[in-house]
Amino acid sequence: MDRKITDKKEEERKLFKELENSEYKYGFKTEIDMDTVGKGLNEDIVRLISEKKDEPDFLLEWRLRAFRHWKTMEMPDWAHLKINPIDFQEIIYYAAPKKKKELKSLDEVDEEIIDTFNRLGIPLEEQKKLSGVAVDAVFDSVSVATTFSEKLKELGVIFCSFSEAVKNHPELIKKYLGSVVPYRDNFFATLNSAVFSDGTFCYIPKGVICPMDLSSYFRINTANIGQFERTLIIAEERSSVNYLEGCTAPMRDENQLHAAVVELIALDDAKIKYSTVQNWYPGDKEGKGGIYNFVTKRGICKGDNSKISWTQVETGSAITWKYPSCILKGDNSVGEFYSVAVTNNYQQADTGTKMIHLGKNTKSTIISKGISGGHSNNSYRGLVRMTNSATNSRNFSQCDSLLLGDKCGAHTFPYIEIHENNSSKVEHEATTSRIGENQLFYLQQRGLSMEDAVSMIVNGFCKEVLNELPMEFAVEAQKLLDISLEGSVG
Amino acid sequence: MLKIECLNVEIDNKEILKGINLEVNKGEIHAIMGPNGSGKSTLTQTIAGREEYSIRSGSILYKGMDLSKMAPEIRAREGIFAAFQYPIEIPGVNNTYFLRTALNAVRKHKGLEDVEAFDFLKLVKKEMKEIGMSEDMLRRSVNEGFSGGEKKRNEILQLSILQPDLAILDETDSGLDIDALKIVSEGVNRFHGPEKSIILITHYQRLLDYIKPDFVHVLSNGRIIKSGGSELALELEERGYDWLNGLSEAEGECK
Repeated sequence: MDRKITDKKEEERKLFKELENSEYKYGFKTEIDMDTVGKGLNEDIVRLISEKKDEPDFLLEWRLRAFRHWKTMEMPDWAHLKINPIDFQEIIYYAAPKKKKELKSLDEVDEEIIDTFNRLGIPLEEQKKLSGVAVDAVFDSVSVATTFSEKLKELGVIFCSFSEAVKNHPELIKKYLGSVVPYRDNFFATLNSAVFSDGTFCYIPKGVICPMDLSSYFRINTANIGQFERTLIIAEERSSVNYLEGCTAPMRDENQLHAAVVELIALDDAKIKYSTVQNWYPGDKEGKGGIYNFVTKRGICKGDNSKISWTQVETGSAITWKYPSCILKGDNSVGEFYSVAVTNNYQQADTGTKMIHLGKNTKSTIISKGISGGHSNNSYRGLVRMTNSATNSRNFSQCDSLLLGDKCGAHTFPYIEIHENNSSKVEHEATTSRIGENQLFYLQQRGLSMEDAVSMIVNGFCKEVLNELPMEFAVEAQKLLDISLEGSVG
Repeated sequence: MLKIECLNVEIDNKEILKGINLEVNKGEIHAIMGPNGSGKSTLTQTIAGREEYSIRSGSILYKGMDLSKMAPEIRAREGIFAAFQYPIEIPGVNNTYFLRTALNAVRKHKGLEDVEAFDFLKLVKKEMKEIGMSEDMLRRSVNEGFSGGEKKRNEILQLSILQPDLAILDETDSGLDIDALKIVSEGVNRFHGPEKSIILITHYQRLLDYIKPDFVHVLSNGRIIKSGGSELALELEERGYDWLNGLSEAEGECK
């Protein structure tokens, strides 16, 4: 008997060893000449970023207003997170690969960068492009390549880096930037408004069903850099778009900051589906290093009968602080939030959504699946607000937590506000369960290894959410879940 | 095939099996009968490799290998199959996917290629028809929302797909009506052959009307107190377990 335990322990030890080496396969660094500004944040840095991007005055003014406001703010501490103090003067706010010359086409993008994205499974070269998906590739502070832009242009779809949009479509930027997430919104959104460097811009004209999925891939490379990008998606009347987002970063011992802002605007009868697979470097087994991911994502269903749907699979980052939300302003508009958040080792996640019902007959659905292993902490935090104008509206929320050990935590913080509104209904269901010994044994008795058994149970647990992802993304997400959870059952 | 010698097993420091001797050869069907709490399920779980059941002394050899050194999934891949008394529900996991993953795990262990999706589906549909399972169970989650009878049939489906060498059926007859019992028994009989051994754990004789055992053992208070041919089951049915109350000593001494 003792022998059996020893053998088993030995086997587990080997397995863990193997995992430590193979775990985060995107942890490599790219050696390339970068154009960076010095560490630290002040008005000059804000001006410098704006200048480097050759921005119009209105944008510089907007950045400065944000910066001045940010200086009066304090970092929020209401989330269920333990965060080491962040020294905002130790962060680099801008780093871009040095351009050898002015880029005219993708063929002129630096080989090191093309190679980096190849290794991440995101080919940018013309002949190898992902079929049916247009990609905007963001490397540290700048967009380095956008595929299929020309083809999309024929339909009037604008898909480009944020910087290009500022140059070529300033009227759209002026109209919509900050219209969903104002620069005063919250500490990290305000910081982003002051120093954001690039990001993705999508504009879908009236009546156009975007013929391919649009996507952004974010890569943090430089040490000590903070990545601050903005995404702005505008879907005009009767238009529809699927947008995907992925991200990775090298393994570094220091924590790195990622503070993005995403704004979605759906006009009458428009549909936006936004899917994220977040795989930032989570830190090592002891909780050293990893990305601090503080993101503000919000969409407004501005028009009647519009729909915004968020799907996220959050497996990476040392800390995730993120609440993709919907403002349901148009009558009959629909908001959805499907989320899988996985934490392992010493990762922490505080994530959820806000559904703000303003229009009549508005509907929202929240499905959240939290999975925690190791010493991690995983919280769901969600707000459903029914204002008095949102008559005959409905919300359904379901928050399930799965614990994979006895040193991890799962927490649920639902906030429900109903303002003098008798015709609307909010339903909330929540469960917390431990992964069943009986389930594991049953699967093992049929020949599955412990890891495969855990993966199968977890995938079953998340199925409702994974089903919402586009096919290729779902496969990727499934793989990621497996990697994130290996060694999580003690 | 299976040789158990002087097996003592405890859970939470409570001794449940107190010196079991049992030998099952290729092609044999053994029935283990006994009152509730006699240790029948403990025996199943111990052979299958449930960790909480710790072997204090004695040995289990399977095809000459020491089972106590094998992880549960290795035992399964080597051909041990335990049909559960209460099959487990696994929400969100598609029944077909589960079955195919299990089959491929077993095949890989034997050095075989993964089964082709098409061949697999054909095989599963044929077997399902034999045991009267409706095809929509392929699309449902493993045992989730299945009735008691459906769960038992699902166990027999797995048995017929995975084709183990030693099948241990733990109270597979409990909770089945007479028609279902017949169908399940037919499934077990189809599985049985000169290379396949079966251990039937049961409380009642009625299962043995359909599956004829070569040997019957009576388990009581952690010991096998009597062994015999299939006639022993009939005698038990007639005279009840009390008849054997006097026989508290195991046949064959363990020390």
